[in-house]
Amino acid sequence: MEDFQFASIIVSTIRNAPVLIFAAMAGLFAERSGVVDIGLEGKILASAFVSAGVAYTWQDPWIGIAAGILVSVALAMVQAFVSITQKGNQLVAGIAINIAMSGLTFVVAQYFFQQGGRTPDLGEARLTDVVLPGTALVADVPFLGWFYGHLIGGHSVLVYLAFLLLPVVHWTLFHSRFGLRLRACGENPHAADAAGVSVQRTRYIAMLIAGVLCSFSGAYLSVVQSGFFLRDMSAGAGYLALTALVFGNWRPIYTVLGCLMFGFFQAVQIQIEGVDLPVVGRIPGSLIQMIPYVVTVIVLAGLMAKSVAPKALGKPFVKSR
Amino acid sequence: MQPAVEFRNISKAFGAVQANADVSFSIAKGSIHGVIGENGAGKSTLMSILYGYYNADSGQLLIDGEERQIRTSQEAIAMGIGMVHQHFMLVENMTVLDNVMLGTEGGFKLAAKRKDTEAKLREICARYRLDVDPLATIHDLSVGAQQRVEILKQIYRSAEILILDEPTAVLTAQETASLFEILRLFKEQGKTIILITHKLGEIMEITDQVTVMRAGRVAGAVATRDTSKEQLANMMVGRPIEGNLPRKPFNPGAPVLKVSGLQLQDKHGVKLLSDIDLTVRAGEIVAIAGVSGNGQSELMEILSGMRLPSSGKVEFLGTELPFARRANADGLPAEFRALGIGHVPEDRLRDGVIKDFTVMQNTVFGYQDRVKNKAGLFDFKAIADRCAHLLEAFDVRPKNPDLRIGLLSGGNQQKVVIAREVSAAPKLMLVGQPTRGVDIGTIESIHTQLLRLRDEGVAILLVSTELEEVRALADRIVVVSSGRVTGELNIDEFDTTRIGLLMGGMHKH
Amino acid sequence: MKTTELPRWASGFVLPILNLLSALLVAALVIHLLGESPVESLQILINSAVINPEGLSYTLFYASTFIFTGLAVSVAMKAGLFNIGAEGQMYLGGLGLTLAMLSFDATLSPWLLIPLAMVASAVFGAGWAFLPGYLQARRGSHVVVTTIMFNFIAANLMNWIIVGFLIPEGDQNPASRPFSEAAAMPRLFDWFPALGDTPLNISFLIAILALVIYGVVMSRSSWGYKLQATGLNQHAAHYAGVRISRMIVVAMLISGALAGLAAVNSIMGSTHYLSLNFPAGAGFIGIAIALMGRQNPVGIFLSSVLFGALIQGGFDLSLEKPNIPQETFIFIQGLIILFCGAMENMYAPAVLKLINARKR
Repeated sequence: MEDFQFASIIVSTIRNAPVLIFAAMAGLFAERSGVVDIGLEGKILASAFVSAGVAYTWQDPWIGIAAGILVSVALAMVQAFVSITQKGNQLVAGIAINIAMSGLTFVVAQYFFQQGGRTPDLGEARLTDVVLPGTALVADVPFLGWFYGHLIGGHSVLVYLAFLLLPVVHWTLFHSRFGLRLRACGENPHAADAAGVSVQRTRYIAMLIAGVLCSFSGAYLSVVQSGFFLRDMSAGAGYLALTALVFGNWRPIYTVLGCLMFGFFQAVQIQIEGVDLPVVGRIPGSLIQMIPYVVTVIVLAGLMAKSVAPKALGKPFVKSR
Repeated sequence: MQPAVEFRNISKAFGAVQANADVSFSIAKGSIHGVIGENGAGKSTLMSILYGYYNADSGQLLIDGEERQIRTSQEAIAMGIGMVHQHFMLVENMTVLDNVMLGTEGGFKLAAKRKDTEAKLREICARYRLDVDPLATIHDLSVGAQQRVEILKQIYRSAEILILDEPTAVLTAQETASLFEILRLFKEQGKTIILITHKLGEIMEITDQVTVMRAGRVAGAVATRDTSKEQLANMMVGRPIEGNLPRKPFNPGAPVLKVSGLQLQDKHGVKLLSDIDLTVRAGEIVAIAGVSGNGQSELMEILSGMRLPSSGKVEFLGTELPFARRANADGLPAEFRALGIGHVPEDRLRDGVIKDFTVMQNTVFGYQDRVKNKAGLFDFKAIADRCAHLLEAFDVRPKNPDLRIGLLSGGNQQKVVIAREVSAAPKLMLVGQPTRGVDIGTIESIHTQLLRLRDEGVAILLVSTELEEVRALADRIVVVSSGRVTGELNIDEFDTTRIGLLMGGMHKH
Repeated sequence: MKTTELPRWASGFVLPILNLLSALLVAALVIHLLGESPVESLQILINSAVINPEGLSYTLFYASTFIFTGLAVSVAMKAGLFNIGAEGQMYLGGLGLTLAMLSFDATLSPWLLIPLAMVASAVFGAGWAFLPGYLQARRGSHVVVTTIMFNFIAANLMNWIIVGFLIPEGDQNPASRPFSEAAAMPRLFDWFPALGDTPLNISFLIAILALVIYGVVMSRSSWGYKLQATGLNQHAAHYAGVRISRMIVVAMLISGALAGLAAVNSIMGSTHYLSLNFPAGAGFIGIAIALMGRQNPVGIFLSSVLFGALIQGGFDLSLEKPNIPQETFIFIQGLIILFCGAMENMYAPAVLKLINARKR
């Protein structure tokens, strides 16, 4: 009984993490180039809605995901314009996007689907889970069957994409020309500029990548996890992703670990609900739901002293002499 | 032979300011050419045009005899022009290798070129005796080493024309000598060096030709061997340089400030200040001389209450300053101010004024709790009167109290800061780099102001990296290097060479 | 001579209006795309919120709440802190006043009860802002993320408290029991019948008083001076003797207190019980108001009235035009924050050119 619960917690963790991983990797690119991206939440919501809405209308999840990418990139470009070209306050720009999308997604959902601001259930139009070859063969083998069939295999394509991102992002950031230039823009944009790198262009590209990656987070929420879009369904995922970045010191692997940690808490949360624990008894659902947010505050309180943000983060680049 | 660089009628304006006006001169290939002028003379702008940072409004630029348009730094680099900036353009948490490769990576995958680049760097280091490890991380290197990395970057990119902007501002005497050796090697190899500096001694030592700039124009162009420091200084300033300003005979009173055994470590355990002992008496100016970055700034921060020392004692008018039972310096500057310690900070825009406040608001900055009326609110009439008086007495221009202080020139901002601190009638005045970023006319008036304070019996502790300023103002000189006092002299023992050695870390015997 | 800086009347007045118009233009475009006429929608809105005296009264009623949340965000902003937590702080403020009410509404006279409830709401609101402020001051934890987290925590916490402890026996409505009539804020209708039978109450006058106090403190007190110095340049403020850590915490406490006070109008002026999610976005509207009003008392007042009109008019609009639900105004809020906050200087170069052109 205990083992079984533990097993499902692990599987849940893996399935909860991608929402945060996509968003955190998006934030990673933006912030490593020097642009603060508080607007992850808004991009997630927008792409969640568009992905679900378009997927329903065309009865094809992939078209939905593609549409979600377009929307998220458009928002990212607005943010980029405000932050990079206009040199405006990046925090305010992000918050503006979040609030605007919270309202707009509801209004447009209501306009098209008349279902109280949500999209209709996707039903068949969802992504199928990936079944690894040979799963049926080992299905009856104790542990191996579960391990191969449910832990490694049996997830949605986007889950694999999320975890595959880790080596790709790591390599891009630390072993490619683009990554070197990106990091320079985030640490000392004047040095990058003097070396002939276009800081503006690099940051715009970083925001473009952020837009693309973030869209998968939203698509995962609506197309993979629930099958529909619901008002404000991101519930703070964008901010949790930012916290994972801080926790991971803006390094891909530790950031993903942070996302897994949040995914783990979420998984435990669901298991604990309705369970009588020794001493404290049954913990009310509302209090359990608080956990990720409380953990975020603890992380931010405890680790800020040690975590080192990219030096030029949040400071618009102005050529000066 | 064609000159390496020729400027013909170059002009450039930034808004209302004409930074370069009709500048024409040429730089011979394989020579070391000095460009001197004071702050705001236009030398940095001119070099930025050469490096593609800015585009000239009019005029021609010829490289190797051919007219060229240099629109971006990339184009300049392609033409073999390299620039070593005053403020290093290095990414601190990356290695030397990565910093060099930035912008010249050669392909999407870094690994391909890394080995090659590393080998090439080692070869260049050996040839020019640059002594830098390509795999070292920048923030682990000394300032002198970081500068060599900057030079390395330019050589790696096959720069034939090397521009150095105030290279010795942050170097010790030893490091300066090493740098000059490297420059001579470059010259032997046929490279052209352009040295931007305001230090006359260096011009005389290393250059072949000198161009003097003043107020955006060329004030003179001479061969170094045909001129002298005095002649250059005259051309730079346009009038005879300031002789000795009047001051009362040296008659110091009782000790006002007594520092004993002051130590400061940063959070990594690096010693920033070691065993600092010093005394300042009423009516004397003690100048702390040293290359920037040797602990003077930190010392000022401690004495003004902006930072806590690690250990040691500071006595002000006989009483110990309240460092002991504090966890941090939060609010401490207010206590020091109340005791009678005034502070003109080194970095005026960062510490001394609020750029977006008006001039009038800045005249009470630091003293905001002393100008209240009976209701506990600001007594605007009194503040305005006092402000008008200060602006007049210290000749601040424009005399508009409602102007945002950020719009004033550096010199006038400084006058406001000094006026404010002086008018609080402190017993001790801490003054850091008082004439940094200040035009020549204001320098003289600031010096006069400080001497007047001294004559009135105020104790003054001055920190300055400009030896000329130290010589003009000090009664006694304390030289620091690497956080220690390396020597003390009276003004009549002033000797540039000896002070230079002390600044470079040679202790007096 | 060419002006290189915008004169104060241009930056303080012309730019904000241009920014606001830009936001409204985008909103109009969206409304058009939703199949409605922006002009007609605007007409309905103005009729409902301004022309109709009862509607105007409602507008001012909503504005009363927004003045407080706008002030809350403004005070923090002046100190350089971006307080996104006004929503949660208002929510907790509601809890504070509810506890005071539930404990004493049968025993204390209104003269004591109402001030007590107000103090309680301010204290609880301040309390909820304390930890983010403390963490920013001592640990450098960014106030933006921590206050957002505290909003989420507040929502869950209050859910637990209301559902778990405050719903009276047998009731289905997720709210506390109603407070006694004595505990109601005196309505302005009782003195000025022309205003219509609306919840507009003396909170409006208290809000105006708060604006005046804010204006005086910011422009004439040394504490306000130190607060603004801290927001503009912490290094220099330290040089000037300001205790930075303390200033940050105090700024957040006052900000939270003001947000908590916003609950007074919402609850004691209207519903008279604590209900789930009663702030309904007022805290976030406060952000838009602080940015649009440029943290200036007159600006805050005008922006609050504008938003009050949007809410009141928006409500009637959503009844007449189902394609324009109230959530549309959340979208408009975001646009205003974008144009007035992040893009505030977008039109500056153009305005500067115009000014210089006219000078010649």
